[in-house]
Order: sequence, then C-alpha cells, then structure tokens
Amino acid sequence: MKRGGLLWSWLWMILGILYFFLPLLATFMFSLKALKGVYSFKAYQNVFADPKFVTSFSSSVFWAILTIILGIIVFVPTAYWVRLKVPQLRSAVELITLIPFVVPAIVYVFGLVRTYSHPPLLIVNSPGLLVAGYTILSMPYMYRAIDTGLRAIDVQTLTEAAQSLGAGWGTILFRVILPNIRVSILSGAFLSFAIVLGEYTLAQYLAKPAFGPYIGLLIQNKAYEPAAATIISFALTWAAMGILDLIGRGRQPQLVGGH
Amino acid sequence: MARPALSRVSWAWLGIMPFFIFAFLFLLYPSSTLIIGTFKDSKTGVFTIQNLLNLLKDPYILGAYWLSIKISVVTALGGGIFGFLLAYAAIRGGLPRFMRSSLMTFSGVASNFAGVPLAFAFIALLSPTGMLTVWLKAAGINLYAQGFTLYKFWGLSVVYMYFQFPLMVLIIAPAIDGLRREWLEASENLGATTLQYWRYVAFPILLPSILGSMILLFGNAFGAFATAQALTGGQVSLATIVIGAQLRGDVLNDPGLGYAMAFGMVIVMTVVMTGYTILQRRAERWLK
Repeated sequence: MKRGGLLWSWLWMILGILYFFLPLLATFMFSLKALKGVYSFKAYQNVFADPKFVTSFSSSVFWAILTIILGIIVFVPTAYWVRLKVPQLRSAVELITLIPFVVPAIVYVFGLVRTYSHPPLLIVNSPGLLVAGYTILSMPYMYRAIDTGLRAIDVQTLTEAAQSLGAGWGTILFRVILPNIRVSILSGAFLSFAIVLGEYTLAQYLAKPAFGPYIGLLIQNKAYEPAAATIISFALTWAAMGILDLIGRGRQPQLVGGH
Repeated sequence: MARPALSRVSWAWLGIMPFFIFAFLFLLYPSSTLIIGTFKDSKTGVFTIQNLLNLLKDPYILGAYWLSIKISVVTALGGGIFGFLLAYAAIRGGLPRFMRSSLMTFSGVASNFAGVPLAFAFIALLSPTGMLTVWLKAAGINLYAQGFTLYKFWGLSVVYMYFQFPLMVLIIAPAIDGLRREWLEASENLGATTLQYWRYVAFPILLPSILGSMILLFGNAFGAFATAQALTGGQVSLATIVIGAQLRGDVLNDPGLGYAMAFGMVIVMTVVMTGYTILQRRAERWLK
C-alpha cells in the first residue's frame, strides 16, 4: 500500500517535471541552432545586438521601476492610513484593489483607450497612462504585500512614538513605516517587476515600446531569435520569482497577471 | 481623543483621497466607460438595452464566448486535477522534502511565465517541426496525422495548462497542508480503507477548496489574451481575441456591441470571483 502510494507520487511528479521543462528544453535547443550544423549562441548575439531589443527591454525595465515607485507612493500611505485612522473604509479599499482581477487586461485596455482617446481627455499617447495602467494591474499584489507588512508591525505605537519625538507625517511614513515594511514592499516590487516585464496587452494597445510586444514581433519575422528572447524572458521571470521566494519564504501564494 | 467626531472623519477621508482619485481616474472611470457604452445607443446617445440584446443574438460573439468558456472549463478541470495530484504528491506523497519547495518555486515561475514567450516555447515543442513532434514521429506517433494542431482548440488547451496547473498547485497547497495527519490516523484506527478515507474524510473537506480553485483557474483562462494572440495570430476566435480585434478596428461594425462584449466579460469574471470567495470562506472553516 505505502509503496504503491510512493510510486503514484513519483509518477505525477515526473509528469509535472516533464511538462515544465520540455517546452523550455525545446526552446533552448532551438535557440542554439541559428548557425547551420553547429550549436552556437549566435541567436543570442543577434538579439543583444538588435537596437530594438535594447530599446524595448530597457523601456520595460523603465516602466517596471516607475510602476513600483508609483505603487509605493500611492499604496503605502493608503494602507497605512486605513490601518491607523479609517479602518471602517478597509473593505471598500480592499474591494477596489481587487477589481483588476475581474477586469481582464484586454478589457481594461479597451476601457482605457475608449476613455482617453477623445479630447479633452486625450492622454492615450502619454507614457504616464501606461505606467498608471501597470500600477493598476499590479495593485492587487502590491497593495496586499504592503498591507501584510503593516499587519506585522505595530502601526499605532510606532506612529505615536514618532509623533512624541516630533516627527511629521512625511518623516513617519518614509523614515519609520517604510523601513519597517521594506521586505513586504520588496516582494510586491519583484512581483510587479515580473508582471510588467512579461506584459504584452497594455503595451501593445497603448503602442509603447516593451519587451512583450518585441518578442511578439520577433515570432512573426524571425526563426531563432524569438527562441533566444524567450529564454532570456524566462530567465528573468525565474530571477524575479527566485528573489521573491528568498525574501518571503512561506508567505501566501502569489497569483498571476497578464496572460 | 475628545475632539469632535466630525473633524476627525473629514481628516481621515483626506488621507486616502489620493488613492481614490488614482483608482477613479485609471480604474473606475475607464470601467464605467464600458458600462455606459453598453447601455448607450452609439449613434443617438440615448439609453438602450439594444446592445445587450444584439449581443445575445449575434452568433459570432456567442460562438466566441462559448469557445472561451469551453477552453476555460477544459483547462480548469485538467489543470485543477493535475495540479491537485501534483501538490498532494509533493506535500503528502512521501517524496523528499526538497521536492515540495522546488515545486512551489517552479509553480511561481510557471504561473507567471505566460503570454508571448510561453506561446513560443510551445511552438518550439509542438509545432509540426517542434522537438516533441519530431521525437514522437520517430517513435511512430504522428501527432499532426492524428488531427492534432497546436494552433486550434486542443493545442491551445495544452499551452494554457502550462500556467493553469502551477496556479492550482499554489492555491491548493494551503488546503492540503490543512489536512491533518490525525484524521488519516483516526480513520485508519477505525478500520477505514484508503478509499473510504478519501470518500468520507479528505474529499469532503477539500471539496470547497478544489472547486474554488478550479473556478479561479476558469477565470484565469477566460481572461487570457496574449498567449492565444501570440500563438494563433488572432486566428482562434476567443472572446478576448474578438475584443482585441474590435479595439484595433471596429470588426463588429458596431461600437455599442464592442462595449457590451467587454462588459459581458466583466460580468462573467465577477461571477467567477464571487464564487471563488464564497467557496474559499467555506473552505477556511477547516484551515485553522
């Protein structure tokens, strides 16, 4: 009986491992075949040498950093204030932070484009709209991470202690609260980073340079280069999630964004 | 402490105004555009429910919704069952302990690895010249001769499974952890077989979690766009693909219908998330 159970476990585990690694193995093998007859990293060299790669990739990193900063600026004071002063608004705020789960990215960008492409609200071409959109997409994760961090510290006591030493709100937020929840903020930040870096829909429809649409374009025009770009993208997702895993061992499961 | 209640309330409100303004500008207001567009005649601007009625009798749109629902059900069931078995094997299956933490990390990566790169990984694996297709052909199994293609329903389902089952692993793991070993011991002491333990103890306790997770998986697939778009170039008419096409250029020849279609997706997703929340609350009774 016990042995049968163990075999059963291994069977599913091996199937899982195959499912997980075979597509990556296939992509990796394919990415090495850019030169006829030999395995080489030519496809990677081509990708790294492509000015469009440099632009789109650095743009995505730039969007991700802005998204994280905007997220911290908007959500840290909000989550803090809700805990400290207006707990009665907690469920309203939480409900809003969860709305992105019921609005798929394509529907969301549909709404953004339709709302902001007519004068006087003609901001559809502004990079700010993309960053704001990304901040909304990552809001369920970012807000939750920050709120979890605040739960673990004594917001009330820290605030009163800082106030009695003469600190203003800015000092309290950025020199007392923020350093105390930096681990949570980091985990939210890395998740936002992974979401923004792989994101396709918003960047594509708001016509901004980004890594996702770039790989999409490669698939249409090249054979081996998209394989290399896919491996790069996977390695980055892996790095972001690996760091996330190290920061927040055993925390709540991370849900997904942007398929 | 003895300050008048009124002034305290107004101060408190000001504190989260930036958040509300931000959410209003970039979430609530754009979403309301969808609702308003749905209930407005696109030519005359008066209130109407005609758009919704048109939606319900347009065979193309209904077909797109139906295809989205079918692929979401298939991959939620498939990903749910496979993900559950995998999570159970790693957590309670007697495998080495490191398997569990590796599985959780892999799942975190895989469930976030979606969209365009995912589509390409499966092109490299299962397209007519893909690695696995070639291997299987060498072993005497010709996938494409059997009617399989990566770019249609079943191919797309196989690809979706790549982000579905890891998500299942992540959200079902706490429920499996909550399954106490004492329950298994107690039922064994009372002479229950493994089957009876599952039938009368473990399965009823896990059922709300499993159902809730599968509903979440349904929503996850239902809203997916980038993967299908990149894989098929928009050739598979899922609801999300039709909305994408409508946004590029009014393919439905009716802006109102486009709004109604986007609105319909939000309704489906709202039902999904509500169902998930209710089942999750039920499930939590056992997870203390």
